[in-house]
Amino acid sequence: MSDYRVLPGPEHFLPPAAASMGIRLPNPGEAHINGVITSEEKAYEEAARQFLMAKVPTIFPGPLVLWAWNEKAAKKATAIRHLFNTLNECVQPGQKPMLIPMPDYRPKYPKINPEVEINPNHPNLTIWHNKIDCCMFIGVHCHQANLSLKIIRGGTSCYTIAMCAQAGHEDAMLSFRDASVDKIMRLADTIKRLKGTVKPRLSAKTGASN
Amino acid sequence: MAEIKSVIGTQNKKGQVYTDPWKMLHEAPRTPSFFTGSEVIKEAIRRASCDVMIAYPITPQSEAAALIGELFAEGYIGDYFRGESEFAVMSQCAGASFGGARVFTTTAGPGTMRAMENFPMWAGARLPIQMIVTCRGINSPLSIQPDTLEIAYLLNTGMLVWHAETAQDFFDWILKGYIVSEEPDVHLPLALCCDGFFVTHTKDVVNLTPTDMCLPPYDPYRSPVPCMDMECPPVRMMRDPFVMKSNYISYATHASWQQEIWAAVERSRKHTIHWLNGLVDTENTDADIVIVASGTAVSQGREAIRMLEDEGVRCGLVKVKALRPWPEEEIREATKNAKHIFVPEFNVTGWLAKEIRATVPNSQRVHAGPHVCGGMTMPPEIIVSEIKTTLGMKTFSLAGRGS
Repeated sequence: MSDYRVLPGPEHFLPPAAASMGIRLPNPGEAHINGVITSEEKAYEEAARQFLMAKVPTIFPGPLVLWAWNEKAAKKATAIRHLFNTLNECVQPGQKPMLIPMPDYRPKYPKINPEVEINPNHPNLTIWHNKIDCCMFIGVHCHQANLSLKIIRGGTSCYTIAMCAQAGHEDAMLSFRDASVDKIMRLADTIKRLKGTVKPRLSAKTGASN
Repeated sequence: MAEIKSVIGTQNKKGQVYTDPWKMLHEAPRTPSFFTGSEVIKEAIRRASCDVMIAYPITPQSEAAALIGELFAEGYIGDYFRGESEFAVMSQCAGASFGGARVFTTTAGPGTMRAMENFPMWAGARLPIQMIVTCRGINSPLSIQPDTLEIAYLLNTGMLVWHAETAQDFFDWILKGYIVSEEPDVHLPLALCCDGFFVTHTKDVVNLTPTDMCLPPYDPYRSPVPCMDMECPPVRMMRDPFVMKSNYISYATHASWQQEIWAAVERSRKHTIHWLNGLVDTENTDADIVIVASGTAVSQGREAIRMLEDEGVRCGLVKVKALRPWPEEEIREATKNAKHIFVPEFNVTGWLAKEIRATVPNSQRVHAGPHVCGGMTMPPEIIVSEIKTTLGMKTFSLAGRGS
């Protein structure tokens, strides 16, 4: 097994892809935390803990769940809204959950508006602007999610979570695979269960400090 | 995956049953058939649920391309046409794949070289196109004969590269190739190479799966990039000044994009090992002498090993099946006991020996040879001779007869 660990950055001027450092994706029924394969059970707990600790926990929904292009996408979108509402209910004063879409993958020129969207070609701009210290990608095409996750790891200290509908993401610090409505709801339930048990790092360094 | 599972057990318009690929390739009955390599390509594609095949004639793949035209006439392929050149063919393959089709093509030698610009583009765009490369000479003075030099140029394109030894490999790997390259965490093109003529134009007994079974269709909705979308990268990038921007963000995006392609090659390792039963096959790797080879050089190596055994010299064999992903750990492990590693190749530069030298410790153990090229055959006697010379044993020159 690789000694490399997928940790919050800023890691490098050009950080390596975690796969090229020997990090392997989880098999069905598994997840990974920092590049180490683990049970989904543990991953729910850790994802919920990271969300509840963060000053600006943020969900980045992508095009696969933003548009009602099939019934499954619409149901997932409803579940994501529920997750966000749960997060809002469970955080403490001073924490500011956000829901910022990645509506498409076009490079945004001359300038992205980081308050309303995130873009895979320069996701760090949105992280920095909003001082986001924990985020979750969901409904983003895998290639674009990997670009984003790696650029975020390279230039920010933001903790990244991927709720992937396919095989998962090694470039996230924590990744689920085969995401479904049930899995999103289960994460929401875990956040609710851990409410009040996790101390937010309100005075700690955030993703914007780089 | 749910969408794919839902079609299994149903029939296509030819009455073939969409079958679980593992069951089709590992459990279904096989029929021994005496076919040329070109005919085997046709038979694999008959069972591959291909949407589009684009052809351009160049020896030695022309026969396979023409035979697939027959499949189109029979209704097994969605669309089939001839491009204006290999460059055009590969560009048209990209268009079809961007649109969400399962795409197949074949080329060889100078055709591979002419189309080269497209291959990193395919990989960068995450297009799981399968291209058969029936290797032949590429240099001037022109030769249509077997020579594997073109594989060296494919190794750094970001494509998966496999090297078949036999027609049986070819049949199985064409079908398995689609499964691996279409995995959402891989989703890369595959160059499935063989040594032209030696495999394409010779007959062999090949065990075929039933004709009434076929792979499930390609599901473009599992792609890691949106299919055809002119507003999104990579298409957008190709027409957008973003590609020309001189700033850190633009460079960092491009760098991350390239890294992601090679990360996908890495991810293919797990799937390739699963479907090909390892990236390498090995025999007698406890021997002091190990032959490491790919393609038909493996067959020649195997025969050389048999001849050496008759003389009391024991050799091991490593058959390299996948060149990308590169079986680094497997080759290190298989050669750890070897005092001498011989790498017979059908090309002048010895690209496989260079890869192996860069992989194993104590690389002075690697003997880059014997080489033949330009269409020469590689009699096992010259491998035997190379090994015996190294061991200080008496040998003779195969083609020499004195003055």
